[in-house]
Amino acid sequence: MLLNEPHPLEVKVLTRRYKYPQQDPIWLEQYVADEGYDAIRKALTMQPEEIIEEVKKSSLRGRGGAGFPTGLKWSFVDRKSPKPKYIVVNGDEGEPGTCKDRIIMGHEPHRLIEGCLIAGRAIGSNRGWVYIRGEYREYIDIMDRAIQEAYDKGYLGDNVLGSGWAFHLSTHTGAGSYECGEESALLESLEGKRGNPRLKPPFPATSGAFQAPTIVNNVETYSAVPEIILKGGEWFAGLGTPRNGGTRLVCLSGHLNKPGVYEVPLGMNMMTLINEVGGGVWKGRKLKAVIPGGSSSPILRAEECDIPADYDSLAKAGSMLGSGATVVLDETADIVKVLARLMAFYAHESCGWCIPCREGTTWLKKIMARLDEGVGTKRDIDMVDQLAQGMMGRTFCALGDAAAMPAMSYVRKFREEFEAKIQSAQVFMPAPQTQPLVVL
Amino acid sequence: MTFSPELEAKFAKMIQNYPPGRQKGALIPMLLFAQDEVGSMTPELIDEVSKRLKVNRVEIEEVIGYYTMLTREPRGKHHVQICTNVSCMLTGGEELYQHACKKLGIGNKQKTADGQFSLEEVECLGACSWAPAMMVDYDFHFNVTPEKLDGLIESLKKTQ
Amino acid sequence: MADPITLTIDGRQVKVPAGTLVIEAAKTVGIEVPSFCYYEGFSLQAACRMCLVEVEKMPKLQPGCTLPAAEGMVVYTESPKVVEARKGMLEFLLSNHPLDCPVCDKGGECELQDMTFRYGAGESRFVEIKHHVDEKQWSPAVYYDAARCILCYRCIRVCDEGLGVGALGLTYRGVAAEITPSHGDHLECDECGWCIDVCPVGALTSGTYRYKSRPWEMSYAGTICTHCSDGCKTTLSVRNGEVIRANNRDRSGVNGEFLCVKGRFGFDFVHSEERLQSPLLRKDGKLEPVSWSEALAAVAARFGEVKARNGKFGILGSTHTTNEENYFLQKFARQGLGTANIDHHRSGDVPALLDALSGKTGKLASSADLYNAKAALVIGSDLAQQHPFLAFQLRANFRHHQAAVYTVTSGTVREEQYAAKSLHCEAGQELASAQSLAEDLKKHGDLVILFGDAVRGQAVSQLVAFGESLGIPVKYVCLVDYANSRGAMDMGLLPDLGPGYHAAPAVGLSRDEMLAAADLDVLWVVGSNPFKTTAPAGTKTFTVVQDLFLTETAQRADVVLPAASAYEKNGTVTNVCGEVQRLKQGPKVMGTKSDLEIFGLLAKELGLNLGIWTADKVFEEIRRTVPGYNVPLPVIATGGAAQTAAVNGGVPSKGKPEYIRSAGDTLFTSGTLGRYSKMLNRVMEAPGQLYKP
Ligand SMILES: Cc1cc2nc3c(=O)[nH]c(=O)nc-3n(C[C@H](O)[C@H](O)[C@H](O)COP(=O)(O)O)c2cc1C
Ligand code: SF4
Ligand code: FES
Repeated sequence: MLLNEPHPLEVKVLTRRYKYPQQDPIWLEQYVADEGYDAIRKALTMQPEEIIEEVKKSSLRGRGGAGFPTGLKWSFVDRKSPKPKYIVVNGDEGEPGTCKDRIIMGHEPHRLIEGCLIAGRAIGSNRGWVYIRGEYREYIDIMDRAIQEAYDKGYLGDNVLGSGWAFHLSTHTGAGSYECGEESALLESLEGKRGNPRLKPPFPATSGAFQAPTIVNNVETYSAVPEIILKGGEWFAGLGTPRNGGTRLVCLSGHLNKPGVYEVPLGMNMMTLINEVGGGVWKGRKLKAVIPGGSSSPILRAEECDIPADYDSLAKAGSMLGSGATVVLDETADIVKVLARLMAFYAHESCGWCIPCREGTTWLKKIMARLDEGVGTKRDIDMVDQLAQGMMGRTFCALGDAAAMPAMSYVRKFREEFEAKIQSAQVFMPAPQTQPLVVL
Repeated sequence: MTFSPELEAKFAKMIQNYPPGRQKGALIPMLLFAQDEVGSMTPELIDEVSKRLKVNRVEIEEVIGYYTMLTREPRGKHHVQICTNVSCMLTGGEELYQHACKKLGIGNKQKTADGQFSLEEVECLGACSWAPAMMVDYDFHFNVTPEKLDGLIESLKKTQ
Repeated sequence: MADPITLTIDGRQVKVPAGTLVIEAAKTVGIEVPSFCYYEGFSLQAACRMCLVEVEKMPKLQPGCTLPAAEGMVVYTESPKVVEARKGMLEFLLSNHPLDCPVCDKGGECELQDMTFRYGAGESRFVEIKHHVDEKQWSPAVYYDAARCILCYRCIRVCDEGLGVGALGLTYRGVAAEITPSHGDHLECDECGWCIDVCPVGALTSGTYRYKSRPWEMSYAGTICTHCSDGCKTTLSVRNGEVIRANNRDRSGVNGEFLCVKGRFGFDFVHSEERLQSPLLRKDGKLEPVSWSEALAAVAARFGEVKARNGKFGILGSTHTTNEENYFLQKFARQGLGTANIDHHRSGDVPALLDALSGKTGKLASSADLYNAKAALVIGSDLAQQHPFLAFQLRANFRHHQAAVYTVTSGTVREEQYAAKSLHCEAGQELASAQSLAEDLKKHGDLVILFGDAVRGQAVSQLVAFGESLGIPVKYVCLVDYANSRGAMDMGLLPDLGPGYHAAPAVGLSRDEMLAAADLDVLWVVGSNPFKTTAPAGTKTFTVVQDLFLTETAQRADVVLPAASAYEKNGTVTNVCGEVQRLKQGPKVMGTKSDLEIFGLLAKELGLNLGIWTADKVFEEIRRTVPGYNVPLPVIATGGAAQTAAVNGGVPSKGKPEYIRSAGDTLFTSGTLGRYSKMLNRVMEAPGQLYKP
């Protein structure tokens, strides 16, 4: 039921084998019957440098959030290091608005396994883990079964396809934490600890899982790799815009007629995405705003949305493509309420390690709750902006920024809505006095 | 303490998945799977896992408090989790959650008197395109309406 | 050392080794970058973000506590951007911090208070209800108030990295994140209380100090812990003559900030209601309180009488009295009373070690050597239990310099957690087992060998022969038990050796022989409790006891003289590594006298001329006359530690090594003193303590 009716504007690369309205995952037999595992066969004939070169040429950028060039990341691993090297798949999928990795794992688990194999080959690794959020037990079971199939047929194991190269893969479950999607926190979690992020540098490519060189990539990122190896990096790059290669799975949600996960080329215009692919704003209403890349991305007002949806264009517009989650808000949407809900989310998910995030997110949550109830002052609106600025760029990991960015953008772009909410409130609230430090 | 044979087999395999001497890696999966069987993080469970993985007790305390899926308090037979994060909120998640509170007569992280249901308002479940979404135990339900929720709860009651 | 680089901090050129952290580089030119979570010598956290600094060419502010200084770097620690960020952090911190400073134990010495005072954010824009959690008691010694906690993780790190105990962790998350003890609701640990001291705010408070005093109401006396022989500096906080707490926050002394449970909480015996505060004299078979003059007169009369008829004296000295007292006592015995029968409870064979090392110099390890040596070999001692500070030094050495530590013991010891190699053997076989490590030991640049009472007498010279055969520089530590065990030997409380291990004019009875002698006329026991384990043979012996408590020995005495404890004295003591340090009087207990004063008054009463009996005059004499003790006075006078160079004048030890035995104390016991410390007894009885005596 999760697959959408295909849309003519979709470009199917990662999802090309899906048969609407398919329910069951594509298991090994079906996968192999349609070129499955051909890419790893090809990769086994290539030099590791060639694989990385191909990925670089594809302009594939990380689909997890930061959009870092994947080939470049892989090239940071010292293949000659005497330590083992590890492949880690980020299947934490925690960013609000995002629901694409489950599609990949649930429908075509072998694509992800094949992507891991190729990545493993490229950096000289013999082991990988697929870290999947705990709520996705269903997909853990599917991945486990697919991994077992791959072991049984020699795609995984001590002698991958008779090449003499060993590669092992297993799933690892999270247990409820958004922060565990942050790559270094994820690695901590993989090692059996709290998901507190690590000090960087060193980056995972130098010291990652179990202190060994590691690459961490999103499920979708790995899943694009088989296609890149089979059809070539240039082909993949050509699907998107310059420096923003390929297609991506966009998760359309919110006030749309046809929300769903669609595969579109990078750089598809945001309005096309909303009006064509997503079937337009629901109930015949007008568009108010778009959250273009998951809850952490700064919001765009309707009039800012006529832009190509790729990493660079969105960055230029002051937002980000993030995890590809596009949340659409219609004219009736309550911006203050949305921000209040998001701030509650970040306060709940802050790991608590560093002061500005731990205290900042809670403070923002409390003020926003007040503003949302109409019990706020203009001063509070400014304070949201100031507190967020006080967090921005000063926290230990990017979660603090992820909370600060929406806070600043919502207040700045929709100030009139915040003020309207205060004015509409019937509650009398004296302006808060500055409190002396010592009260007794 | 021992677990079911299936779980024991799973654990035996799981420990092999981490580098030698780093079995602690299996901690979080092991706690979660064991909790699914035992019901909650009982002191015996903690001691057992601490023995098996040679992990200090305090390290387990650290983890239990951190991960929201791990719990010291046994939950209801069916754990109802409703997402109210942004996409769900925009499509009626909050109303759904309020409805569930009324229907079950309990609030967030509470359990019905007969122990059949517990309720939790949760963060994004990764089901935003099919919002509002909820989970009962490990089963997802998409595009949920109050009516659908009622039906679901009634049918779960019947299968007792 | 890494190549030096030059950077600019606040316009000043700073030259530091490459890789130095900016926060440390700034310190070298006197610029303090504020911080909470950065704690020198422990792992980096970068959590409090107080240390953010502006660096040219870097868009974001950088945490100075983790940023390595690089060539040409230009750093600003007080730019407007930095000041604004810092104030912001303080505002964040204070948003949920209860402002109960007026009743908080930390008030007046709180880093958060100080920081707010310096950098502002004294006014809060926060009007919401603060996150509150109730205070918890984790153990008799440790309380935790999560609401006050700023999560700097210092406590977790000192416990785990510093002590290797790892009893503290972090639980929950976000604003609810808090520190958790090993068992969720209670703490199973060494109860050393270091976590309390490093806490920058009043989140961790001490069971002995809570709500008792304000820091500015107390006076402070930096003295030496009177329990084990490691000689940790402990600073007593004294109010109205009463010790209220002990710690060493100024990191003076060989131990820096380290103290074990005894150093930090074991001071309360001083004010035990069982302290003797009046001399006792046996009248009609019962000990009755009498005046000092009556008691001293009674003692002097008997001493004079026995001396006049050439009777038989036996004198047992103490392992807790000062060097001055020990020196004066042996002088009293040998010169004043003309007896050679003087000894004390010996717990290690220092004379045999010095004998075996005759003719060599620089062979005795200092406590700093334990931190710097490439390798260490521990023979026959449960170091973490018996010598907590030495164990800490080795662990720190391992942590900072990856030192190779070897242990040879008859049971499991904590050093095994990180030791390069650990051997278990039957008791008595330690030396033989240790010799099997020769090939491993030779690989290292240098070595310190620490040995307990398992190696004594002949075995000591075998051990030294083994050490010297390794072909690498080797230093030794002979492990002895109590605060001044070493000083007792150095000062000649030995039947065969006088001060400085020089042959005594005559060889007298050893401790055990005195107790077994039925014909002693006088037994004079100073600060020791021999009758606890051995009943004396002499039935007509006139027994004089100087002690703090009515011990088993004091109960059988004819005269009991109430003595002052080491915390109530001035003077010097010598630790297990031969380092002399100064005692500084903190509290005063009415009715007691220091042992030195008692000796002096007795000498005067007897008409003996033994010199002036003030501590500094006697110490001057010691420096002049005792070989190896000519230590620089300024070091001692300023509270430092000076290592003595004890030498043996080639006098073979006749000290009857068979009588050497360790008291076998644990972390929570300390002979007689420990018995009277309520806190030590309480933590021992706490549920699930780590170590049972
Ligand atoms: C707070 C936070 C949460 C994140 N959550 C996720 C996530 O759920 N899934 C994911 O793939 N990346 C997530 N990321 C991004 C990862 O840190 C990392 O950049 C990504 O896994 C790299 O893979 P990629 O290069 O393929 O995108 C998160 C980052 C932050 C700061
Ligand atoms: S920004 Fe700080 S508190 Fe927030 S998640 Fe990262 S490390 Fe934790
Ligand atoms: S001292 Fe640098 S972040 Fe705390």
